[in-house]
Formats: sequence, structure tokens, C-alpha cells
Amino acid sequence: MDAVPISWYLILSAFMFAMGVTGVIIKRNPIVIFMCIELMLNAANLAFLAFARQQAQLGAQAAGQVYAILVMAVAAAEVAIGLGIIVAIYRLRDTINVDEMNLLKF
Amino acid sequence: MANNVFDLVWIVIALPLAGFLFHAFLGKRVGKKVVGTVGTAVVLGAFALSVYLLLELLKLHAEEQQVLSTLWRWIEAGSFRVSFEALVDPLSLLMALIVTGVGGLIHLYSTGYMADDEDYSRFFTYMNLFIVFMLTLVLSNNLLMMFVGWEGVGLCSYLLIGFWYKDKVNTDSANKAFIVNRIGDWGFTLAVILAFWTFGTLSFAGDGNMFQRAIDLKAANMLSPTVITAIALLLFVGATGKSAQFPLYMWLPDAMAGPTPVSALIHAATMVTAGVVMVTRCHVFFELAPAAMLVVAIIGVFTAIFAATIALAQVDIKRVLAYSTVSQLGYMFLGCGVGAFASGMFHVTTHAFFKALLFLGSGSVILALHHEQDMRRMGGLAKYLPITYWTMLVGWLAISGIPPLAGFFSKDEILASAFGTHALPVSVGQILWAVGLLTALLTAFYMTRLMGLTFWGEPRWATAHAHHGKDESHGHHGEPQESPPSMTVPLMILAVLSVVGGFIGGFAPLHIPNRFEAFLEPSAGLKVLGGEAVGHLPVDIEWILVVASVAAAVLGIWFGWARYRAGLPENERELAGVRKVLYNQYYYDWLMVKGIGLWLGGKIANWMWQFIDVRIIDGLVNGIAGFTGWVGNSLRRMQTGYVRNYAFTILAGAIVLLIWLLVRGASAGLAR
Repeated sequence: MDAVPISWYLILSAFMFAMGVTGVIIKRNPIVIFMCIELMLNAANLAFLAFARQQAQLGAQAAGQVYAILVMAVAAAEVAIGLGIIVAIYRLRDTINVDEMNLLKF
Repeated sequence: MANNVFDLVWIVIALPLAGFLFHAFLGKRVGKKVVGTVGTAVVLGAFALSVYLLLELLKLHAEEQQVLSTLWRWIEAGSFRVSFEALVDPLSLLMALIVTGVGGLIHLYSTGYMADDEDYSRFFTYMNLFIVFMLTLVLSNNLLMMFVGWEGVGLCSYLLIGFWYKDKVNTDSANKAFIVNRIGDWGFTLAVILAFWTFGTLSFAGDGNMFQRAIDLKAANMLSPTVITAIALLLFVGATGKSAQFPLYMWLPDAMAGPTPVSALIHAATMVTAGVVMVTRCHVFFELAPAAMLVVAIIGVFTAIFAATIALAQVDIKRVLAYSTVSQLGYMFLGCGVGAFASGMFHVTTHAFFKALLFLGSGSVILALHHEQDMRRMGGLAKYLPITYWTMLVGWLAISGIPPLAGFFSKDEILASAFGTHALPVSVGQILWAVGLLTALLTAFYMTRLMGLTFWGEPRWATAHAHHGKDESHGHHGEPQESPPSMTVPLMILAVLSVVGGFIGGFAPLHIPNRFEAFLEPSAGLKVLGGEAVGHLPVDIEWILVVASVAAAVLGIWFGWARYRAGLPENERELAGVRKVLYNQYYYDWLMVKGIGLWLGGKIANWMWQFIDVRIIDGLVNGIAGFTGWVGNSLRRMQTGYVRNYAFTILAGAIVLLIWLLVRGASAGLAR
């Protein structure tokens, strides 16, 4: 099977990562920000898997895939906690706009 | 030196020290009689012991007459070694005799003079302490121990000038004396450091003393003339402070604020001569530095005539004597400056007799007139205070230089030495002699003025009292009373000394040998200049000089007699014209205190405050705090609380890191 060159995967990964970063920085809705973080994590996963597929050794292939699964597990846990926090903030302040949450400053 | 009789010298110091401790701890409890007796007895005991030591010393050969007695090793650091060590030699014993002898008489006088003072025991505490320090000064065998005494007498002088501290004038005078003396002591300190740096020792006598080293270095041509001149001049700066010479004299007249016995003991007879003693003690340095000798002679003779002119117009009886003291000290330095150190010390000795006499006499007058010091309100006192009058008459003739009283011999010897000096160019010596002669005339004149205004003519104190009204009469019992015997006996003894004291000096024109100079030879004999400092004058020249100085004295007295025989001349009741300028010491004091002291000193202090303190010191401290605050303030701006700002910061950091890694990788690739 003539493979798609690895650079294509990496370009897609970089593009997704950049979109995720941009979203994290410019968006005000924490749920969208979480989605953007997911995008960044997935960009990283894509890069992991692309490199893993390229490796000849079985062990190295497995390592890349295991990392991807680990990232997904961490992301799921993160979202679970994050959404809990967001709900708690909403109950407390009737808003989840991140620009209004700037109490953690000097 | 085992079992040395001269180890007794420590008892000379210990006696007044014991007196000091006794008064300090028990004085308040034991009553005035005991305090006065003990205070006087310890000093007279020290005097008796000094006499004994002198008799022992005279048994030795002249070249052995420098005996050391070490009490303990004082400072030892590396090669620096200073012992607490007494030097018993003619100079130190002479001074010890003056200090304890004249000092003892003044203590006796004080028991009468201070009888009504509530702080009687404090007075004797200070007086005894002063004797302790003065003896330390004159008996020490090194510059450092001398410095201890030097500072100690300064302290006692300060304490006693401000003895009546409830008057601010007195404490101000005490402060002035202390501060002006600091300037002199600065010179002394530098001289000590420089002498140690140059010679590696500070001792006066014994093995490897600094004078011997100086002479050896000179012989080996290894002594820098600059250094030795600097040492001599810095020592002289110290001497000008303590001995009230020209630039630093102005504390002495103000020091008259203290009780009169203090003026007599400290500010006329002993402490102020410390400068002369020190210069004489260190005469080798001066002999090696002709420029310094010239400075000493010129400052001396200038101070002599300068202070004499000021004395002409003073109205306070004690201030006349104070300026007279400044003037006479100038004579002593003139003697040192022309190389006649023994003559200088001779004048120290005779001056101690007649100036103490004059001061104590004036104290008797002041007490009789209930603390009146203005001579314009005296007059006609000869009748009421006969003993004071007759003894002061002796002092007056002695200081004026009338033969055969003590002052004549010593003053004439200094003038003859100036005239015949070989240490300075002959013409300079003759100019110094002429100025000194003129000063002698002025001295005779102002002392006659003092006597005339105080004792002759019509009483002016009666009218003055009437002027004050009835309320002044409470302490006055009509006529002035002669002082008690405790005061008049010292006056009489000092009067006798003022008469006979001069004969120890011999008289060259009559070929009477100078026993005083021979006695001082081991301490004050010229070591570098040899016997050449003062040439032997032909007898006919000697006679001319004697006639000249007697003529100056007689002329001065005659002028004074003509003017003040009948008391206060009409035109002297007010200060005006030249007299006002003289009374105000040519405004020198005003210039120094208000001008240099307050104005320039204020400017410097202000600059120090504004620039050094506020800008540099405070600037440094506040600057560090300000910088920290600025950094904190700047960093605070990063803490916005907006999550995206933090995220952006992380991104920016990641990008920077990435670029750095890429650039490094690229350059590493290129290098490969």
C-alpha cells in the first residue's frame, strides 16, 4: 500500500494544534475552550500515531499507541473535572464567561 | 632594674587617683572638710614624693638620668609594642613638681574658694582626676601613653569649664574648648601614626627609642625630610590646640567660665603648657626639621603679640589674664622654635608661679566683690584686700619682666636666645626678638592696666551697687572682705616663688651659670644641633639685650601708670574704635565661630547631608527598595487573572524555546 507521506500527517497535526491554540486564546466560552484543548490533544495524538506507524520495531509502534490512549484517558478525566468546575461556577455566578473570572490576580 | 627606687613614681600617680576614687564614691557622704583635706593632701603627698625622686635623680650622673619604670605591657600586636611605662628624667620630674606643687597650692586655695559650693566634692573629684591625667601626660615614656594623659586632661578641662553647668554659657564654653581641641588632637593622632610608621616605636627613652632611630636614620641618609617635617608639624598642630596658639587659641579665653582655681590650675599653670612639654619632649624631631622650627617660632611670637594686643582692651579681669596666658605661651613656643627648649621650659616654670598667683589673686578679688569680673566696676581695692593686693603686685612685676623677679629671667633668656639663635637665620632671629620685645612692652602695659583698674583709684563698685538698687544688698555686707587664710596662704607662697623662682636660671651677663639648663640637659639638651642652636653672645651684647628688655618693661609700666594710676579713664567707660576691635579680638573669634564654624561648616554639613547622606546613602537604600518595588510592580501586570493571558504567555514561551532550539540545531548543522 503506497503510504501517505508522514509530512502530510504532521502538517495536519500542526494545523489542528494551531487552531486549538488560537481557540484557547480567543474564545470566551470555557466549553469551547475545552473543545479546543481536545483539538490540541488530538493533534498530538495524530503525531504520535503517525510516528508510531512509521516505526519498524513492534515495541516502538506499541509505545506510540499506548501514549495516544493515555492522552485520551487523561483528556476524558480532565473534561469530567473541568465540566464539574464549570457547572459549579455557573451556579455561583450565573455566567461562565472566562473574561469575568479574573479574581486570581494580585 | 630590680628594686628600683624610681618605681615609686607610680605612687605619685596613684595618690591623686586614690583621691579621685575617694571623692567619686564617698565624697557626698563624708562632708566638705574631709573632701577638701583629702583632695589637697593627696596632691601635696605626690609633691613630696616627687621631691624625693628628684633628690634621688640628682644623685645619678647626667647620662643616667633617664630611668624607666614599667608597670605593665599595654598593647602588643605584631611588632607594635607599647608599655605602660614611666620615664623619670629631669623634664618629667620638673613637670611633676609643677603639677603637684602648684596644683597642691591651688587645691588648698579651692577649699576656701569653693567653700560655699554645693558641688564641692564633684569639684575635687575632677581636680584630682585632672592631676592624675596631667601626671600621666608628663611622666609617660611613649607618645601613646602621653596621648592618654593628653585626652584625659582635655576631658577634665571640659568637665571643669562647664562645672557650673546650670548656666548655658558655661556649657557652651566647655563645648567650645572640647571641639577646638579635637582639631589639635587630630594633628597629634596623625603624628603618632606617622611616627610609628616611620620609626616602628613610640618610646621616648630606652633601647631603640624613636629619637635615637630618627638620628640613626638621618645619619644613614634614610630619613625623608618631608616625613620628619610632617611629624614635627603635626605634633605642633596638637600643641597649638592644647596650648592655645594662634589658629586654635580661641577656646582659652572662653574657658574662663570655669571656677577660678580651674583657670589657674588647668588653663594657666599646667595643662596649657602640655604643648610646650610635648614639643620639648620631642625636640629631636624639631631639630631634624628646620622648617618646622621656623613655623613654631613664628606662630609663637605671632601669638604672643597678637594675644597681648587683645589683652589691652579686655574688661573682664580673668579674660585679661587668659589672653596674657595665650601670649606667654607664645613666648614659650618662641623659645622652642629658636632651639632654646630649656628656656621654654624655664618660662613654663616661672609662668606657672606668677600666672597661678595672678589668677588666684583675681579669684580673691572676684570673691570679695561677689562674682563681679568687670574691671570697670572695680577700683580702689588695695585698701580692702591688702594681702591679695601685695601678692598680686609681685605677680604683676614678675610678668612685666622687672628684675630680679622670676618672669624677668625666663623672658629675657628666651629673647636673648631668639636674638642669638643659630637654628634660624640671624636676621629672622632678630626680627623675632624685636617682636618679642614689643610684646614685653605691651605685657607690662596691660598688666599695669589690670592693677590700676582693680586696685588703684577710687572705688567704682560702691556706685555700681547703688545703681543696682536695694534688692542687690542681700548678700553684701558693705565693704569687700579679704579672703580666708586657705586662699591667702597659697597666694603668699606663690608670691615668694615668683620672686625667687628666676634665680635657678642663672644670669649670663653676670656669668652666673644656668643651672636650670644644665639640669634639663638630659631631656632637653640638643641632640642634633649640638650646642650650636643658641650661640653664646658677647657680654656687652647680653647687657644691651637685658637693658632693652628692662626698658621695655619699665616703659610699659610707665605708660600704664600714667593712664590708669587714678583708675578708669573717662574715655574707656565705653568700648569704641580700636578698643572695640581689640576687645572683639579683631573679630577673629566671630569669624571662626560664625564664619568658618557655622557658615562654612554649615555649608559642608549641609552638603554632606544633601549629597552624601540623602543622595548616596539614602539613595542606595531607597534605590534598592525602589528597584524591588518596580520589578514587583512590573511583574504584577502579568497577573491579570485571565486564563487566556496565561495561555498566551505559555505559548509565547514555547515559541521562543522552539525558535531557540531550531536556530541552535541549524547552526550546529552548519558547523558540522
